[in-house]
Amino acid sequence: MDLSLIVIVVVVAALAFDFTNGFHDTANAMATSIATGALKPKVAVAISAVLNLVGAFLSIEVAKTISGGIVDDAKITPVVIFAGLVGAIIWNLLTWLFGLPSSSSHALFGGLIGATWIASGADAVRFTAVVEKVLIPAVASPLVAGLVAILGTFLVYKITAKARQDVVSKSFKTAQALSASLVSLAHGTNDAQKTMGVITLTLISSGALASGSAPPLWVILSAGLAIALGTYLGGWRIIRTMGKKITEIETPQGFAAETSAAVTILASSHLGFALSTTHVCSGGVIGSGVGRKLAEVRWGVAGRMVIAWLLTLPAAAIIGAIASEVAGAGSLGTILVGVIGVVLALLIYLWSRRNPVTASNVNEPERQPVPVGAA
Amino acid sequence: MKIDWAALGSVFLIALVAVAVVTSLFAVGVRGLAARTVAREGGGDGTAGLTTAVACFTVCAAVVGYGVYLIMA
Repeated sequence: MDLSLIVIVVVVAALAFDFTNGFHDTANAMATSIATGALKPKVAVAISAVLNLVGAFLSIEVAKTISGGIVDDAKITPVVIFAGLVGAIIWNLLTWLFGLPSSSSHALFGGLIGATWIASGADAVRFTAVVEKVLIPAVASPLVAGLVAILGTFLVYKITAKARQDVVSKSFKTAQALSASLVSLAHGTNDAQKTMGVITLTLISSGALASGSAPPLWVILSAGLAIALGTYLGGWRIIRTMGKKITEIETPQGFAAETSAAVTILASSHLGFALSTTHVCSGGVIGSGVGRKLAEVRWGVAGRMVIAWLLTLPAAAIIGAIASEVAGAGSLGTILVGVIGVVLALLIYLWSRRNPVTASNVNEPERQPVPVGAA
Repeated sequence: MKIDWAALGSVFLIALVAVAVVTSLFAVGVRGLAARTVAREGGGDGTAGLTTAVACFTVCAAVVGYGVYLIMA
């Protein structure tokens, strides 16, 4: 197989995106279990990582088109894909820094839209498809999962209200571990597919693979491993937001939120109305907060999260567009985008070290920023 | 722009019903377990509670199994 430089660069960028996707979305499945103590933080991310890897192999549904019809696939070149991936990665890292659970799919779509727009003009972007496949699901997902979780939480508390609370609490701890695992598995079958699709399409467009080929084993394996590694390293900042900041979660709520999320994801992927995993899980958590009497939902945190959702697509599009503009200038431009991307990622990482969130402090309240000069 | 209300509606309804069934069953099972604990502490054997719990958890496991089957299919 003869791989040109740009193809190798795209594969590396796609795996990097897959990695950020993994640690961004660990929170979806595991945040509530970690918050309630149903699973120890390290154990939770390890289970999630393994199930994501398993999920990558389970699903036989191959992502035939990376863009889902949002941009004109015929006008996508490896350079456009690369620029789009850079946009998605940078946005994923920024939202992670601020601990905001935003949709990795939206970041990928946004990056591709921006990059395609610059490379081939606005005509190559299908805005009706953007509304249908991105905007409507973005609004519908948290509403559906939220309402379902309100009902689930209400029922769980209603039915077990008069039972011995120590038994109740212990039983729901076990239940939570199971429901969280189901969310992880569903996630792996969805998200690793996207990266496989990106890599496979790039290989096909460069002639390294025959048109219509299924992803080769090394692609499935590397995509599965990248998302699993990202999941295992854990986006602790986002886990803290979903598990602690939106609302204080008890085990029955966690069980209701995760069951609602898993069922909603399954129902949506089998009835043809694609919902966003991140939005579904966040909606489930908020719903479980509304459904329990006396639980307080911190709407300020929820509001900031919604703003991040709204910004994800346009922000990733702008970064993708800039990357596309520079990378389109030739090999030197592409290398420049790659270097700048790596530098930005490093800067964001270093910035995060100033206030690190790890497995050991994920359940503690946020440290107040130390005034300059006091430390 | 068209919104597929039928698909969205069916996702919502099916999710709502499935979650209502699973969470209720599980909660009833937990209540059974709690009843068994209380019965045993009072000197009884708590079989009734245990039977309820096992029955409910079995149905829940079947639903989850169906979910995993859906993921794989």
